Amino acid sequence: MNSAVLRTEIRLFRREPGSVFWILLFPTLLLVILGSIPSFRQADDDLGGLRTIDAYVPIAVLTGLIVGGLQAMPQTLTGYREQGILRRMAVTPVRPSALLSAHMLVYGAASLASAVFVLAVGRLAYDVSVPEQPFGYALALLLAVLVALALGSVVSALSRTTKIAGAIGSAVFFPSMFCAGVWLPVQAMPDLLARIVGWTPFGAAAQALNRAMAGHWPGWGHLGVLAMWILVLTGAASRWFRWE
Amino acid sequence: MPVIEVTDLHKSYGGRAVVDGVSFGVEEGEIFGILGPNGAGKTTTVECVEGLRVPDAGRVRVAGLDPVADHEKVARVLGAQLQESELQAKLTVREALELYAAFHPRPLDWRPLAERLGLAEKLGSRFGKLSGGQKQRLFIALALVGNPRVVVLDELTTGLDPRARRGTWELIEDVRAGGVTVLLVTHFMEEAQRLCDRIAVIDRGAVVALDTPAGLVRRSAGATVISFTPSAPLDDDEVGALPDLVSVERKDGRITLSGTDGTVNAVITLLARHRITAHQLRVLDATLDDAFLDLTKEKKEKTEGTLT
Repeated sequence: MNSAVLRTEIRLFRREPGSVFWILLFPTLLLVILGSIPSFRQADDDLGGLRTIDAYVPIAVLTGLIVGGLQAMPQTLTGYREQGILRRMAVTPVRPSALLSAHMLVYGAASLASAVFVLAVGRLAYDVSVPEQPFGYALALLLAVLVALALGSVVSALSRTTKIAGAIGSAVFFPSMFCAGVWLPVQAMPDLLARIVGWTPFGAAAQALNRAMAGHWPGWGHLGVLAMWILVLTGAASRWFRWE
Repeated sequence: MPVIEVTDLHKSYGGRAVVDGVSFGVEEGEIFGILGPNGAGKTTTVECVEGLRVPDAGRVRVAGLDPVADHEKVARVLGAQLQESELQAKLTVREALELYAAFHPRPLDWRPLAERLGLAEKLGSRFGKLSGGQKQRLFIALALVGNPRVVVLDELTTGLDPRARRGTWELIEDVRAGGVTVLLVTHFMEEAQRLCDRIAVIDRGAVVALDTPAGLVRRSAGATVISFTPSAPLDDDEVGALPDLVSVERKDGRITLSGTDGTVNAVITLLARHRITAHQLRVLDATLDDAFLDLTKEKKEKTEGTLT
């Protein structure tokens, strides 16, 4: 890690209003919109007595991670390769891998900040309880961030141009959002579907976050699924990634 | 000992040999040019020197180090300006200079460098908003800001206007005066002639000539061209018998001969003997342009010869 590179990437991130909005603000905005519907603030039997707004806090958290890791990060990274920025960096004593790790750190930190923002607004505006199992929640959240970044890295590894990265990113984006529960929270899914979704990165993340929210340990099964995805995706990304 | 040593370098892409046995050595403090037609393998050769490409065969050393195995050490002593690369569009000129200075242990002060390259008023501008020439000047600055021992410049002045080009040449001469070794890939004969101590002409992946600019010009067939309009007709046989004569051309009463200095002397003697006046007499040295065309053409004819 090179601190000058990291400082530069943080600066550049702040100059991208699109990324700042979609990663940092959109998830909270989503929560605010849902929270403004009165019936969503009442207990729902389909959700096991939770209010819709309660169920959507983890979903909003995951939305930030998915946008950051899957849409924003591969776009920037693929652009850096396409425009020869990585190549230019390769003829300095600092290897282009410094740029890669700075990237992961910036987008990872932005996703986490977005999550904290969602949790804070949920607590303050809609009285959503804070995670009752904070360590389990933090662990599940960290793994979820890593899996989003790993998936984004695979997208970037497979995309020669930013256009392709955009297309592949979108193709993976919608299934990921579905598994996270944007259209139907995991709690409301039929049992079989919930179990299948539990094997996907963001389905497992959603269920781990839900359990930690309710005060249980996130469950080694879900954490294990996340860890497996992180290993597989990171391996695939490092195998297929090309510097130019 | 040469600072840059390239020995029998080979590099192929998809079965096609792009660099096919290139060898040369660049001495400390020298400006060494690589000249050649498009697709001759110039850029691939310097990319092997920069450590961006791994040679298929052959040996490359920069300050005694292998650019692939000792990449980091080589990158500390080598500054490079690449042919096709960009920076982050929203990075400002000042930020880029600060960033690249931070990569090196003993960087130059980038302010005078930016001043020298006419970037002083552009420090706050974002890379994406710069003109082609401004981008090029920034890349030259980035190649030099690390205070390198060796600097590799690929198409140094492409995209620069004549004034900026001349300013850049002066800067490179000053950089060399400070003891820096310069490896320069170029298309511009004027640039090569002005800057380079020695030039390797590369054609089809191989070095076809390696000499000083003056040496290359001397080697080319019609090195000296003499033209005049004689006051009376000249005898064809006598003209044809001139020493070292390469070509004769007659047009509208004007004769153009190419050959050597010896040819010129013989023509003057011949004219004096017949008391013929040479109107509008011009004697021109062939340029590097002529030498270049000659060197790269010769090779082509040979190849065609082997085909038929």
